[in-house]
Amino acid sequence: MELNRKLEILADAAKYDASCASSGAAKKDSRGSTGVGSTGGMGICHSFTPDGRCVSLLKVLLTNVCLYDCHYCINRRSSNVQRARFTPEEVVKLTLDFYKRNYIEGLFLSSGIVRNADFTMEQVIEVARQLREVHQFRGYIHLKTIPEASQELIEKAGWYADRISINIELPTQAGLDKLAPEKNLKNTTQAMGGIRRRIEETVAAKKEAQQVRNRPRAAAPVFATGQSTQMLVGADSSDDALVLTRADELYRDYRLRRVYYSGFSPIPEPSVLLPIKAPPLVREHRLYQADWLLRFYGFNVREIVPVAHPHLDLELDPKLSWALRNRDVFPVDVNRASREMLWRIPGLGTMNVARILAARRHGRLHLADLLRMGIRLKKIMPFIIAADHVPRASLLEGDQLRQRFLPAPKQMELNFHNPPPATPEDALMARSGQL
Amino acid sequence: MVRAIIEPNYAAWRDKAREMLGAHVRPHEVDWCDATQTGSLMMEEPGLPRFVDPSEVKVPAEFLKLAAGVCAHTDERRFAILYRLLFRITRGGERHLMDHPADADMTLCRGWTKAVGRDVHKMHAFVRFRLVGVNEETGREQFVAWYEPEFRILRMASSFFEKRFAGMDWSILTPDECAHWDGHALSFSPGVSRLSVPDADAHDDLWRTYYRSIFNPARLKIQAMKSEMPMKFWKNLPEARIIPDLISGSSLRVEEMLEEPERPVKPMPNNEYIKALHARRLQGPGES
Ligand code: SF4
Repeated sequence: MELNRKLEILADAAKYDASCASSGAAKKDSRGSTGVGSTGGMGICHSFTPDGRCVSLLKVLLTNVCLYDCHYCINRRSSNVQRARFTPEEVVKLTLDFYKRNYIEGLFLSSGIVRNADFTMEQVIEVARQLREVHQFRGYIHLKTIPEASQELIEKAGWYADRISINIELPTQAGLDKLAPEKNLKNTTQAMGGIRRRIEETVAAKKEAQQVRNRPRAAAPVFATGQSTQMLVGADSSDDALVLTRADELYRDYRLRRVYYSGFSPIPEPSVLLPIKAPPLVREHRLYQADWLLRFYGFNVREIVPVAHPHLDLELDPKLSWALRNRDVFPVDVNRASREMLWRIPGLGTMNVARILAARRHGRLHLADLLRMGIRLKKIMPFIIAADHVPRASLLEGDQLRQRFLPAPKQMELNFHNPPPATPEDALMARSGQL
Repeated sequence: MVRAIIEPNYAAWRDKAREMLGAHVRPHEVDWCDATQTGSLMMEEPGLPRFVDPSEVKVPAEFLKLAAGVCAHTDERRFAILYRLLFRITRGGERHLMDHPADADMTLCRGWTKAVGRDVHKMHAFVRFRLVGVNEETGREQFVAWYEPEFRILRMASSFFEKRFAGMDWSILTPDECAHWDGHALSFSPGVSRLSVPDADAHDDLWRTYYRSIFNPARLKIQAMKSEMPMKFWKNLPEARIIPDLISGSSLRVEEMLEEPERPVKPMPNNEYIKALHARRLQGPGES
């Protein structure tokens, strides 16, 4: 089969995996070597496709032949999709050729499962090995690992990659049993635990090495700096509370860098076991917003999705919904409140909160000061007190407040087409300020 | 009134500003002019007082960083406002102005550096190299790119390319200035016209294949794409030319997907590994 056709099949097979971060790698570059490549800091989006997604890495499967039967996946064994297989050398060459033209930040390699987990893992690792050892490639490498592969191989992948990831796929084992019968939550979390330990050991070892002077820094090989995962939303009946509880556990117990939420979208070769109707795209967007609140705004899961509301409000962002349920804590005085309290004001992002705290030292803040910092007043007015502003008490009462924020029907659609926090993270950062 | 005519770059502004500050010239007494805009018609007015204050002025490092970004912008007011900020910080007793986010001058300058930073970022993202040959002596591959930044950022943006593409020879050509890397040092030469750049690379086709295949037609979000990748960049991106086709063909592709008959579940393959996985699952109930 011709290379162009293989690329077509194996990129198409990989496109449903959204967890393709290219950020958070250790700093390295190609100076002094015969190769190319650099990483460190935020990944770069080198292009955007008309679905609004960032194109950052060459995201392909080594092969889309697969023994497993995950029903949400176009590559499952029950699908009749055309199969193809790259040789490791072909992927290596494609990666380098694309990289040198500045099309990409690096490679995101995954594979269907052939023969068994270890065999597949070895093939994937071989690509990374050639890139690093034969071609001195210093760009980003993200490898998907298979939880059933041996710990030894998973670690080996970690030594070549900047990031490794295992997809959790669904929040519960019951969901997996039905839709991905070969997958096992316990295997997955165990493997994540192993990776976490190795990452932490490497960080500790690096710190130690830095304390011992005169030791050349670059000599120590670098283990992947983070792991991430993807959870499918809308393929099974799990509610948002379940999804977020699982995500929260992954952040706490396994120190994941990112959990990606991927709204199930129609695929060619549909399975009889799957819903025909895709969940609204906005659900995915709300989950990312809630995720952001968990990680950076000091919220816990129960505050965001209380028992009485296990689903996120699709019409309003989760912080605003929380505020509407907890009106008694408002209004908050921007000239006095603590950082944690400021974080809870709808319409204020962490950046703006930092600005407010800095500006407070120069005098009391008026609405005009907030405006100059780029804060949108319309949203926050009912919730704050400023030097020249106290909201009408009646504003915080009754149904009106919710009405005030409901977008007009036309506009709502526009909002819905706003990109969900796109990968990589910098796009997300840009938008998170608006949360 | 003093007229300060400078080349529109950070180094020129810094030298002039240092001179002015030493002479205690107040911000409203200087008229800052861009030498490339005014031509030779205007002469610098000899209004500068002879007196020079020998005491050293301390400027926060953060300010210098801000100034470098602001100078790369094209707004006519930038040199004057920067000088006013500098004066306020050093002579006006407002030492901590830098961390005052609501100050009007600061807000303007931050806005400009942000625009410049974005331009640098977009340049890192959207430069596209083309292979033009191999150096016969060194065996190194040689690449050329054409790029049109909004501001004068080539030098600012070049160190990124130096670090990333150390192992190949490359040139980035822009209308104002060109940068070149030969494995040893960065060098710069005057700008060129677009005509001097090769128009296609054999790999552009493969790249378009990838771009087409990675796109998910079921999630069309054209606005999101355009806000991250504004159309003004499209003319130099090889993949952009297939965007209209991808968009117009997407609804048909989705309809076809939805009309596909559902595929039945196939029986388990005769594979030891899969059998073992299932056996383990049936033995012990998985955790939920
Ligand atoms: S293991 Fe499952 S998700 Fe992965 S390629 Fe195979 S069928 Fe698809």
